[in-house]
Amino acid sequence: MTSTPPETPAGTPGGTPGGTPHETPRRTRRAGAFDIRLVIALLLGVYGLVLIVLGLGFTTDDEIDRAAGVNINLWAGLGMLIAAVLFALWTWVRPLRVPEEGGDEPAE
Amino acid sequence: MTVLADANLRLDANAVDYVLLALYFALVIGIGYLARRRVSTSLDFFLSGRSLPAWVTGLAFISANLGAIEVMGMSANGAEYGMPTAHYFWVGAVPAMLFLGVVMMPFYYGSKVRSVPEFMLRRFGPATHLVNGISFATAQVLIAGANLFLLASVVNLLLGWPIWVSVIVAAAIVLTYTALGGLSAAIYNEVLQFMVIVAALLPLTIVGLYKVGGWQGLVDKVSGGPGGAEQATSWPGNQLTGFDNDFLSVIGLVFGLGFVLSFGYWTTNFVEVQRAMAAKSMSAAMRTPIIGAFPKMFVPFIVIIPGMIAGVAVAEFAGENKEALMSGGAAPSGATFNNALLLLMRDLLPNGMLGIAITGLLASFMAGMAANLSSFNTVFTYDIWQTYVRKDRPDDYYLRFGRIVTVIATVLAIGTAFIASSYTNLMDYLQQLFSFFNAPLFATFILGLFWRRMTAAAGWTGLVSGTLAAIIVFILTESGVWTLPGQGGAFVGAGAAFVVDIAVSVAVTYRTAPKPAEQLSGLVYSLTPKADRTPSRTGEDAGWYRNPTLLAGIALVLTIVLNIIF
Repeated sequence: MTSTPPETPAGTPGGTPGGTPHETPRRTRRAGAFDIRLVIALLLGVYGLVLIVLGLGFTTDDEIDRAAGVNINLWAGLGMLIAAVLFALWTWVRPLRVPEEGGDEPAE
Repeated sequence: MTVLADANLRLDANAVDYVLLALYFALVIGIGYLARRRVSTSLDFFLSGRSLPAWVTGLAFISANLGAIEVMGMSANGAEYGMPTAHYFWVGAVPAMLFLGVVMMPFYYGSKVRSVPEFMLRRFGPATHLVNGISFATAQVLIAGANLFLLASVVNLLLGWPIWVSVIVAAAIVLTYTALGGLSAAIYNEVLQFMVIVAALLPLTIVGLYKVGGWQGLVDKVSGGPGGAEQATSWPGNQLTGFDNDFLSVIGLVFGLGFVLSFGYWTTNFVEVQRAMAAKSMSAAMRTPIIGAFPKMFVPFIVIIPGMIAGVAVAEFAGENKEALMSGGAAPSGATFNNALLLLMRDLLPNGMLGIAITGLLASFMAGMAANLSSFNTVFTYDIWQTYVRKDRPDDYYLRFGRIVTVIATVLAIGTAFIASSYTNLMDYLQQLFSFFNAPLFATFILGLFWRRMTAAAGWTGLVSGTLAAIIVFILTESGVWTLPGQGGAFVGAGAAFVVDIAVSVAVTYRTAPKPAEQLSGLVYSLTPKADRTPSRTGEDAGWYRNPTLLAGIALVLTIVLNIIF
């Protein structure tokens, strides 16, 4: 994987508009919903929201006292929500590009 | 694990906790289903089509290992020994992971083999290959069963489900996503699991620290406890190694844990290496263990520190209880150090966070089993079935076969789970398995990589005699002929396996004919052109932050800094 095969030109017909230059140019497309970063954002986001709601309205004083006066649900929920937003932003700024169907492995 | 039942560990989970748990498992199955649509060849199924980005494989790399032993065992060690437990990470993992990335990965990835046994086939021929393939497959089914049993016993304790129900439900979930999506599903779920583990343990650690008065408060309390001030710093770790002498203890940690055991585990264990093989380029494959090393450095803070906090803050460990446990007896409260993390969760977490913490624990147990299954089906399909039983079938035959093997392996794992349930000391049993198989494998591998003359016959004789040496040490220590403290038995066994393997390999090599040099290109260091083992620096591999060697350097410096601070 050290050098670009000499016979490969810099671009391929129907290549990726605005795509980053690849080591071995091949056709790519944006991955749809199947990007693990979106799944992480979804999970942490839902967890974060549920925890914030619990922390604000449903966590008893007894539970807060047990944890040395910290409302864990609220703070952990906020943290997870922030992490979820960061993952979503990352997905949005740097979308995943996967090879088109039938795209072979690049030759070594 | 039966002792656990004596302490009151039933967590007070309510509907919200179950909903959070259910959401996670819905996503896990969903990932398996989505990953399935991208599986069209056997390479897709077994190695994710070699298409994954390095951060994904890097997180999966440590996640596959962040299972029952790590989370429960290391927090238990934290409660018992304190900060020296961090050596399992800083000495026992990070250097070996960096070595794997920088030195060995070019050969694994560059030779385009699909498994570690296949590398042995190319380097040493069929006899070594078969020995390695069969021993690996056997070990994986045994370990998968042990993981499954640990998972079921924790579910049983926490939620009160009967063991057999939890075994079957857990097996069904793991089977569903690994059989559908293959390695991609396993890897994506490992990444997701890593996030949930962090989401569960980080708040627990922070609140726990807050409760005991910050880091200084924890240091004071630990120093005032039965372990003394030694437990608040990582070196020299005499209590952990069982040596009285500081110098010997440091030597034992660096060479025993840091070299033979950890290099043997991290560099040749296909469960780990498979994750790197799924990366999309040589550079990404090299970065996989190196990227994994960064979170790995900080995992001790969310695993060991909660254990230490539990050791000083949980009522069941207070006063005479911890003293009794540390001297090897039973605590009057009925708790054991294995319960440390669960007890802390019970004490601190309100409903909501509790659900996420339970999810994190269950996810980590399942990831361990999924990792066993996905590496087992690869080795069994490619290295045993395709090589020796049914050659030259079309690719979709092997894809279908891989799915069927996954089902069979799961059923076998349910069986071995019930075997595992008859052992009282499961952790020691697992560690022992690693010393039997990984230490000799590492010796053979490293010798074959750097010594071109090493012959095919030396390959398998070295492996077999190394494993036998470890088994002899095991029998000697078990039967009481030779008494060794703590984990000494596994250390000495691994050392013996390593030395015997090297000695036999050298002796056999000088009596047999070496393979011709042209067959060894890409498999032996001195016969591989430098260009073939240098990763590309262009396109998607460009940039200093994607340079494996530089990243490894940064990781090494950070690890040294952590060792100095703590």
